[in-house]
Amino acid sequence: MFSRTYKAAVTLPPLVWVTVFLLMPYLLMFCYSFWSVSASQTIIHSWTLDNYRQLLRVDVYWQTLLRSMWIAARVTIFSLLLGYPLAYFLSLYAGKKKDLLYQLVIIPLWVSYLVRAYAWKTILGSDGVLNTLLQYVHLTKHPLEFLLYSPFAVVLTLTHIYTPFTFLPIYAALEHIPRNLVEASHDLGATPGQTFWKVIFPLSIPGVLAGATFAFVLSLGDFLAPLLLGGPSGIMISNIVVSLFGAAFNWPLGAAISLCMLALVVSLLFFSERLEKKWSFS
Amino acid sequence: MSETTFASGSRWLLFHAIAVFVFLYSPIAILILYSFNGEGVGGFPPHHLTLDWYRTLFADGPIWDSVLNSVQVALAAMVISLAFGVPAALALERAQFPGKAVFRRLVLLPLILPGIITGLSLLMLFNVMGTKLSLMTIILGHGTALISVATTEVFAGLQKLDRAQEEASLDLGANYWQTFWRITVPNLKLPIIGAALLIFTLSMDEIAVSFFLIGRDNTLPLEIWGRLRRGITPEINSVSTIIFVFSLVAIVLWYRLRMRGEGASSAGTEMVEAAEGHAG
Repeated sequence: MFSRTYKAAVTLPPLVWVTVFLLMPYLLMFCYSFWSVSASQTIIHSWTLDNYRQLLRVDVYWQTLLRSMWIAARVTIFSLLLGYPLAYFLSLYAGKKKDLLYQLVIIPLWVSYLVRAYAWKTILGSDGVLNTLLQYVHLTKHPLEFLLYSPFAVVLTLTHIYTPFTFLPIYAALEHIPRNLVEASHDLGATPGQTFWKVIFPLSIPGVLAGATFAFVLSLGDFLAPLLLGGPSGIMISNIVVSLFGAAFNWPLGAAISLCMLALVVSLLFFSERLEKKWSFS
Repeated sequence: MSETTFASGSRWLLFHAIAVFVFLYSPIAILILYSFNGEGVGGFPPHHLTLDWYRTLFADGPIWDSVLNSVQVALAAMVISLAFGVPAALALERAQFPGKAVFRRLVLLPLILPGIITGLSLLMLFNVMGTKLSLMTIILGHGTALISVATTEVFAGLQKLDRAQEEASLDLGANYWQTFWRITVPNLKLPIIGAALLIFTLSMDEIAVSFFLIGRDNTLPLEIWGRLRRGITPEINSVSTIIFVFSLVAIVLWYRLRMRGEGASSAGTEMVEAAEGHAG
């Protein structure tokens, strides 16, 4: 029913905009990663693999990348441990309060990243709420220094931020499970544990994969929480990129690292989507 | 039946749920509490409860300048995201064109991509084009990244839309332009308002993309960020409290709009599913 003109009119403007402001920048990032900088700090527009060679050769780059992946993996695991049972409870047991509780989970999802990261800084600092509370009740004599400026602080804060992200797709997956499947399992004599592991959990795997991907990808690329709470031992790969684009002024090398991150993210999305398709039953 | 057999298990689930809610909300509660604290943002117990930090905040010129900047950015980003996100949703639902799958992924990618990649890639574009960094570059960044939000929200609304009305309008002699403004848009009113609210809120809060595209004028989150690095006072807590309250109101409003449009508690799940590549 829609004419060619209509289709062109709705397709072309976003297509052009997205090409200019999303596709071109990514391509440009790709180009930059094969360029280099001269001693006088101008970009040399001739193609070289030097940046990628440097990534493999200099330990700090791939070590930081591995550490970032380890931090992201911990965030993912903790978010799943917090998010899955919560989603399960809301979907199966919350009854009439379901809607209100759901709303209570998604509010933190959309509420300022900065506000929440800052809140953790005030809690974990050496004069922070937690340390002064511990001393007030005489559990400790001196402030616990490992709380702030450590990978621990980064993992804790990112888990706080990404738990609602993980919750959401798991909840959606649990809500899609036909309730008569669960009842059939009971009627056929399965124990609650068997019903969970043989019926409910397998059907929720696509949600788990989606949530895990979200938490992993978004925390992998984070640079603000490490800057605010990480200290020297909590530096992540994006912090290196930030300094390469700032003080160190080596955009090509920064672009090469960013491109590796982009490639990692896109391939993760690809695989998690393939896996989700495999596990979805509809 | 299951309610009784699960009884003992469900008690543990209840405890767990309470613990997670405490985890999610206590930092925010502490933040708000210490915005009234006499001195310092740590220090247990809080003492000398006062409104002084709010008074300091209201007299703080640079903060209010940055609020004004942020509001301008958010409004302009909202216009851009809707102007391109609504047609993009229509295109994804109604048109077939080569590269459609790639287009869909590209539009939605900023939803799941770490902000640093969106920010840096745009920084390189502006650098090559010789564009000076300013609020304008932040507007373009937010506008582009948040097309994804407009598209998913409107796409979800379109799928529930009955096309008969549009068909009748066209049969009765209205042209596409008239049909779009008089039938399509009014029918998509709720998703569009919902998207606008969400885009506004997300842009007001955005920091990772703005971080790279900032010129001379600060947005509110970047102004706060700058102060955090210099040392913290409860004034930051009071401005954070106000941001929290505003976001809260916007999100609850958005949620209510979604509920009216859907009648089921799935608001927000489309966004996640879309980011994962399931829409359309």
